[in-house]
Amino acid sequence: MEHWLVPPLKVAIEAGTPLLLASLGELYTERSGVLNLGIEGMMLMGALSGFIVALITGNPWLGLLSAMIVGGLMGALHAFVCISLHANQVISGLALSMLGVGLSGFIGKRFVGIPLKATFGVSPIPLLNKIPILGSILFEHNVIVYISYILAIILWLILHRTKMGIMIKAVGENPAAADAAGVDVYKVRYVCTIFGGVMAGAAGAYLSLAHIPMWVENMTAGRGWIAVAIVVFATWDPLRALLGSYLFGGVEALQYWLQPWGIDPSLLGTLPYIATILVLVIIGSSKRLRRAMSAPSALCKPYIREEKVV
Amino acid sequence: MKGIIRSFLLTPPEKSSLLNIPRGEVVVKMQGITKRFPGVTANDHVDFELRAGEIHALLGENGAGKTTLMNILYGLYRPDEGEIYVGNRRVKIGSPKDAIKLGIAMVHQHFKLIESLTVAENIALCIEEYKFFSHIQDVKKNIGELSEKYGLRIDPDARVWQLSAGEKQRVEILKALIRRAKILILDEPTSVLTPPEKRELFKILRRMAEEGCGIVFITHKLHEVMEVSDRVTVLRKGRVVATLQTSETNPKQLAKLMLGKEIPLRPITHTASLTYKEAPILEVRNLYVLNDRGSLAVKGVSFEVFAGEIFGIAGVSGNGQRELIEAITGLRKVKLGNIILMGEEVTNRTPKDIIERGVAFIPEDRLNMGIAQDLSISENLILKKYRYTPFSGHLFLNLDHINKWVDKLIKEYNIITPSSRLPAGVLSGGNIQRLILARELSGNPKLIVASNPTRGLDVAATNFVRSLLIEQKKRGVAVLLVSEDLEELLMLADRIAVIFEGKFMGVLPTSKADVNRIGLMMAGIEMAKVRS
Ligand SMILES: Nc1ncnc2c1ncn2[C@@H]1O[C@H](COP(=O)(O)OP(=O)(O)OP(=O)(O)O)[C@@H](O)[C@H]1O
Ligand SMILES: [Mg+2]
Repeated sequence: MEHWLVPPLKVAIEAGTPLLLASLGELYTERSGVLNLGIEGMMLMGALSGFIVALITGNPWLGLLSAMIVGGLMGALHAFVCISLHANQVISGLALSMLGVGLSGFIGKRFVGIPLKATFGVSPIPLLNKIPILGSILFEHNVIVYISYILAIILWLILHRTKMGIMIKAVGENPAAADAAGVDVYKVRYVCTIFGGVMAGAAGAYLSLAHIPMWVENMTAGRGWIAVAIVVFATWDPLRALLGSYLFGGVEALQYWLQPWGIDPSLLGTLPYIATILVLVIIGSSKRLRRAMSAPSALCKPYIREEKVV
Repeated sequence: MKGIIRSFLLTPPEKSSLLNIPRGEVVVKMQGITKRFPGVTANDHVDFELRAGEIHALLGENGAGKTTLMNILYGLYRPDEGEIYVGNRRVKIGSPKDAIKLGIAMVHQHFKLIESLTVAENIALCIEEYKFFSHIQDVKKNIGELSEKYGLRIDPDARVWQLSAGEKQRVEILKALIRRAKILILDEPTSVLTPPEKRELFKILRRMAEEGCGIVFITHKLHEVMEVSDRVTVLRKGRVVATLQTSETNPKQLAKLMLGKEIPLRPITHTASLTYKEAPILEVRNLYVLNDRGSLAVKGVSFEVFAGEIFGIAGVSGNGQRELIEAITGLRKVKLGNIILMGEEVTNRTPKDIIERGVAFIPEDRLNMGIAQDLSISENLILKKYRYTPFSGHLFLNLDHINKWVDKLIKEYNIITPSSRLPAGVLSGGNIQRLILARELSGNPKLIVASNPTRGLDVAATNFVRSLLIEQKKRGVAVLLVSEDLEELLMLADRIAVIFEGKFMGVLPTSKADVNRIGLMMAGIEMAKVRS
């Protein structure tokens, strides 16, 4: 007999995984001082290219790989425009989102409704899934979910326990000081922005190869924006992003369960954003929290060296 | 990509080839360096040479091009012309990273530390050998050893925003030591230090020089050149005017070289003849103020400042001066007590209200509090006036009037700039201070609150600021002058209060003040006890 807690939490993790993948990438991008609002578009392009490649090759791994490449390319474009050309990050990100929505809708027309055989199916981890309650919540998923657990922990370790983490934080907080300390500001920002794109692509592939296994126009349905909100909600910390993703994944699942009861899903859809604003209000009201948890100081600010260095 | 991976993961500890250069040999040679900025030639065919084991002072007025020259050596600026040799090899230094590889370290005028990170993390950032998985504990151990050896006390776990300016400088010097830099550039390192910290710094520099390090010491203070350097290169308006052995020159000659003319080194003497009978302009009663961390920084301070008086507050920085001043100017909440301006209570009023009552403020942090760096010089000059006639009508700014006014101020206060449309942030330190003075004093204030107004300024600019303060005092303005420079207070103030840990240790007329007595009070001994 299954515990009553198991199904909802399991679904929360399933629905939270694309949010987690995308927000982990966005988190690193923002930590390095670059805001990427193109996540939604990158996820869509990732979902579509992953679907097409998996359909043609019959191999979901190749699909995932191509989604990551496409996401990475879009990330590189964003990086070039924002870092090398010093353009406005908000505008470039929004443009990429719209581009992704439009382009994936256009290319994807022919693929709508085709069923996909090469998917990531559920593969329980033997032994671990026998742990009472927790086992079936955590260890009866597809393989990407497992990868995302490990990734969140590794990314937390890198950010807080390695030199690379210090470099990324330094570049996002004070690029001039990082530059003077010998850190290549552009390189770090490029790497983080491309990484954010790769992760967004993977998040899209999760949707079209595991979560829904098919291509539907606009199938991300705003998950890219929720990922951006999760980064703020998590105050730029990978493990809190994990928590936030599953929380908001749960909210998403709740929509379907509550619909028969007459609760409007669009209303529930606003919950992640309300929660994010609440977090901002809580942080803003305490000086100590603001010091420890506020956005990277140089977020959205292009770095140009020969400006007055007093 | 390979480069990226290498720099993150496997950077081999590349030994600087300079390590073995014997003392006295040339380690850096800069030849014919020219650097132009829009409207100015900051360096004009500059030749500069540094030897291993020497402390080489780089002397020049505000805007002479000292920082620019060293920024070029550190890879922050690219020269328009000229060649650089490090250890006899011609080099191209395209970034600070290249400079660091060559064994060059620089302590900037405004420190380049990441405030939200800890001391150890800031130091780890610049160590090449510190690899991906190295533990921060190793860095801490390293810091511990070095700070022991050189007497640089620092808590490696403290976050940088919690540190005083002196401590931040120690972190910067540790960065150089830990990398075993062979060439160390210090840009006006003493301007943020208290006298004991300064002595400590000089000792460390001497020691590093003895170990073979070549040190460039940027300053515009003549006595520091005489005290610490072996050789001195003098820059004036972007050109080298001389390079001399310090032992073969004297302050007078240096001043003449630096300024291009003779200038009295200390023109102002103090005259006090106040009766204190009229009502005070500013009255502070039993004031309590919190600092950023939420603990009490000002603990029950009371004093009065009268018209035509300069009231000085002496003390080592961080003893509540900043909080006191911010409370008076309305920038910080008063916990308890009263501030009374010309008979009216202004406690916890808005800065706008206090400005409108005739309070001028010359803040310590010129760059961030004194000006809006990205606004133009002319916008900065009208920052406190734009909303009143004749500077604006009902809807639009009155540009004609503004331009005339701005031109007049630029001339009157001798602000050197090619155009009033440039962003104020590109001005040199001295010119920024002139801009602030022009804005603040042109409003006919009743009270001037000035915090370390001459810190970091050259002789000419310092004299200019001081004579302006004297002039205002003579016009009957009350001046509250907070300064860490004791000589300045003895020169300018009518009365001096000494602050220690948020309390006044005593207030005494300058005629009865002497350096020893005030020094003891600055260390926390109350006036009554100093007497006995
Ligand atoms: N990035 C820049 N853009 C434009 N002008 C600049 C820039 N950096 C410096 N300058 C100008 O170059 C000249 C030399 O400046 P520099 O900072 O080298 O002087 P300095 O000798 O260090 O003076 P100070 O004693 O005030 O620090 C000044 O006129 C300054 O305004
Ligand atoms: Mg300078």
